Amino acid sequence: MLELKNIKKQFGNRTILNNFNLQVPDGQIVAVVGPSGAGKTTLLRCISGLESVDSGQFLLDDKPFDPANNRDNDNVIGVVFQDFQLFPNLTVLANITLAPQLVLKQSKADSEKRAQELIDQLNLTGKESLYPYQLSGGQKQRLAIVRALAMNPKILCYDEPTSALDPDLRQTVEQIILGLKRDQMTQIVVTHDMQFAKNIADQLVRVEPIKA
Amino acid sequence: MLHYASQILPSLLSGAWMTIKIFFWTLIASIPLGVVVSLGLTSNIPPLRWILKFYVWLMRGTPLLLQLIFVFYGLPIIGIIFQRYDAAIFAFILNYTAYFAEIFRGGFQAIPRGQYESARVLRLTRGQTLRRIVIPQVVKIVVPSIGNEVINLIKDSSLVYVIGLGDLLRAGNVATARDVTLLPLVLVGIIYLLMTAVATFILRRVEQHYRAWR
Ligand SMILES: Nc1ncnc2c1ncn2[C@@H]1O[C@H](COP(=O)(O)OP(=O)(O)OP(=O)(O)O)[C@@H](O)[C@H]1O
Ligand SMILES: [Mg+2]
Repeated sequence: MLELKNIKKQFGNRTILNNFNLQVPDGQIVAVVGPSGAGKTTLLRCISGLESVDSGQFLLDDKPFDPANNRDNDNVIGVVFQDFQLFPNLTVLANITLAPQLVLKQSKADSEKRAQELIDQLNLTGKESLYPYQLSGGQKQRLAIVRALAMNPKILCYDEPTSALDPDLRQTVEQIILGLKRDQMTQIVVTHDMQFAKNIADQLVRVEPIKA
Repeated sequence: MLHYASQILPSLLSGAWMTIKIFFWTLIASIPLGVVVSLGLTSNIPPLRWILKFYVWLMRGTPLLLQLIFVFYGLPIIGIIFQRYDAAIFAFILNYTAYFAEIFRGGFQAIPRGQYESARVLRLTRGQTLRRIVIPQVVKIVVPSIGNEVINLIKDSSLVYVIGLGDLLRAGNVATARDVTLLPLVLVGIIYLLMTAVATFILRRVEQHYRAWR
């Protein structure tokens, strides 16, 4: 379980998050909603260590945890970015296996075997040797998810997973997220789509803008 | 005439060899140095940035010819003495590193922050991120501009005649003055064209290689 206790985040002297508390139980889906500019992306960036917080505490499985400086490969927080940020110079397969090979020191064979399982699971079979620019939006997103999953994350975070996609694909994203939940994946999903949030979430968290 | 051409060809080719050596060593050193300087130009250590900006400004704002003369004839006045060949290589590396650094700086700045961030959440180290993600993308961006500089370098190398080095142009010039014929200069032109053609061909291949992805 991930716990956020009294998290405070400021940009300059603007407070974005103040005394923010959150509990993310294992295997659950937490949907983070709130108006534009409220700090949803900022929250996700703090959890994934891309921003450091000004005060407060993170606990992962009851142990103190510093996302910004965490180097423990058993405690990876995966991220699916709003614009995916795939590596354009690498094939689909290499996008997936790069970090497992370099960081987790998996052999080429092991990393490719695992990648292939995930590729098949997320319906990217046959795309292994294509480059990201040759994929559709939905395929890019599924690749981003697979790439994150290949690092065996404790938690998988998504920023606005429906925003860059055709409305018809919302269903598909829902099914993917719910499918991963069946595999016990803990997920945090930022969205401004209330219906989508209700469809997937075990817990709905609102982030409200803080008046200066 | 063929007989004459075969007579002067050895001296032209030995001049061409000098040109190729200068070309080769300048590229070997100034491309990697250009990458390093470009990283310094975008670093968050202000004094380092200022010094490197000044260096690039100086190198790009003054003629290469002046820099050559300065290194070979100027520096000995303050006790720094280079052999002709070393002076030429040194001045060319200094000059071309500055141009390459500017090109690479533009390339690095074109890489979105998100690429670094997605590498970071995948736990890649900074070195791994540069080597595997950033530099290949930068190279793809800069290959055309680097190519222009490479062609320029072949021609710029003729400037070494001012410090008395026997390069291709000088060999042709000497033969023309001695034998009062245009043929040596025509041959010199043809050899330069051959060298730029080879460089252009190789650059095309490199560009093609990077066309596999976007
Ligand atoms: N690096 C930054 N420096 C300064 N201010 C920032 C920075 N990043 C975000 N902000 C500010 O923090 C506030 C929250 O931004 P954030 O991106 O977290 O909002 P959001 O809830 O994700 O909004 P949206 O729904 O539009 O994506 C905004 O007012 C934004 O201007
Ligand atoms: Mg946002």
